[in-house]
Amino acid sequence: MTLTSTQATPLDHDEVEAIRADFPILHRTVGDGAQLVYLDSGATSQRPRQVLQAEYDFATTSYSAVHRGAHTLASEATDAFEAARETVARFVGVPTDGVVWTRNATEGLNVLAAALTDPEAGQYTLKPGDEVLVTEMEHHANLVPWQRAAARSGATLRWIPLTDAGRLDLATVDGLINERTKVVAFAHASNVLGTINPVAELVAKAKAVGALTILDACQSVPHLPVDLGALGVDAAVFSGHKMLGPTGIGVLAARPGLLDALPPVLTGGSMVERVTMETATFREAPQRFEAGPPPVAQAVALRAAVDYLDRVGMDRIAAREHQLAQLLLDGVDSVAGVRVIGPNDAENRTATVAFEVEGVHPHDVGQVLDAAGVAVRVGHHCAQPVHRRFGVNASSRASAYLYTTDADVERFVQALGSVRGFFGRS
Amino acid sequence: MSSLESLYQQVILDHSKEKHGRADLGEGDVLDPLSTARSHQYNPLCGDEVTVQITLGGTDVETVAWTGDGCSISQAATSVMHDLIVGRPVDEARGILADYRTMLRSRGEGEPDEEVLGDAVAFAGVSRHANRVKCAILGWTAFEDALLRIEAARPTAKDES
Repeated sequence: MTLTSTQATPLDHDEVEAIRADFPILHRTVGDGAQLVYLDSGATSQRPRQVLQAEYDFATTSYSAVHRGAHTLASEATDAFEAARETVARFVGVPTDGVVWTRNATEGLNVLAAALTDPEAGQYTLKPGDEVLVTEMEHHANLVPWQRAAARSGATLRWIPLTDAGRLDLATVDGLINERTKVVAFAHASNVLGTINPVAELVAKAKAVGALTILDACQSVPHLPVDLGALGVDAAVFSGHKMLGPTGIGVLAARPGLLDALPPVLTGGSMVERVTMETATFREAPQRFEAGPPPVAQAVALRAAVDYLDRVGMDRIAAREHQLAQLLLDGVDSVAGVRVIGPNDAENRTATVAFEVEGVHPHDVGQVLDAAGVAVRVGHHCAQPVHRRFGVNASSRASAYLYTTDADVERFVQALGSVRGFFGRS
Repeated sequence: MSSLESLYQQVILDHSKEKHGRADLGEGDVLDPLSTARSHQYNPLCGDEVTVQITLGGTDVETVAWTGDGCSISQAATSVMHDLIVGRPVDEARGILADYRTMLRSRGEGEPDEEVLGDAVAFAGVSRHANRVKCAILGWTAFEDALLRIEAARPTAKDES
């Protein structure tokens, strides 16, 4: 899954403007009347009116509990809910039964880590002497659950280190993926560095030793065409709210067979077949992993988000974001005293650019940018180890999406140019 | 005044550079628990941290030394705190902290008393920025915690009787 300038035609200026017309929030002002420049889509994306309308329409026509009840609303709601599963499954190239709804990607990773330390996972159960491999660029959500899983099971957690350029140090991989490796869990794209990792290469090496591959696709599925089946990963997670959808819904997508071989993690209603006072049997996946009331309205809205992305075309969005990555890198590079944290070239890179402003704390950077209407993320972005790797506690991060204009980037760069002066750093 | 200037008053910009009371606090220092204590405070949301060491002489704050890593608001707030509380009776220092907290929680609605707060009134603008209030209080929280540690170490009147 490389992302280069030779692929599809990028969205042009008029197309981006037409997209922006669908996002009411992008037209507001902040602070002293500055027009909003939203460069925090890596944290959460904004929603187009089509997504908001879909949720409203569902709430005002068909809303009810799903998979129970004989009434018309129950039937319509169940159809809408399951149609959303079909749409999302097709969007990422897995069978419909391979899509489990979760609250968010974090929950999906926790479910996998918990299931893989349960003795009932059989051949997949982690044991002392086994190894779980992650990378040094993981979001805490794809690190801490594996730390806990290793602690519970006696397995050893290892990680692929990074190069100074912000890429995986692939020279180390052959030593790190070995016959003890049972799980290789890694980000498709880093939420800090923007690095797009070589999934096929890592999957091939993991498969050669029989290890499961788990992909954190939170920063890739919203921005690139992703076919999980073609990539060959065993499981992947992503979040609705980073791909024009609502909060409160995430996806755990897995290949057929894996989910049915794993024991349930959350238990209760909806995920059982037969229950006595002593015991219970469980439904097959995906329902086995969906205890309790599911995020019905959120699934309907997420389907509308996927339809929206599909209509625009993921290949064209990716091509446009490749341009934006280059613009952001060039822009940040043009400001004195600012250093990019992550790859300096736009190849195999998302339009997420983290940076350090010499002598100015990220919180203060974010505040000055906000006064100019520019919204960026500041802090450690739930990835403390990667910051430590690059010698900082925190950073500022600009992350673009399909609705980001060239003018947005120019406004951001202009405001960034004023930061050091404001704090008296020359 | 722009909203940015009302947040970053000149007092704050100056103190964020001058950092009064900032010192190297040695890891292995042996402290007399009856007069000196140290507190480390960390904001996990942004990674800011500050360590404040205070020494009491009787019932006065004799010295305040601190170190840390954080934004200009947290650095300046700790610097201003140093200037305000060194040489003050503990009770007065606590009174300043109480007023300061009230000001920070006022969401821009409070009327801080400059007689009590001195230069710390410069942080009134922070109260309009909910996500920065924690920055402005971090060093003060460390001071309060260190104070409690010393008080806990000291024998009470009841113990002595």
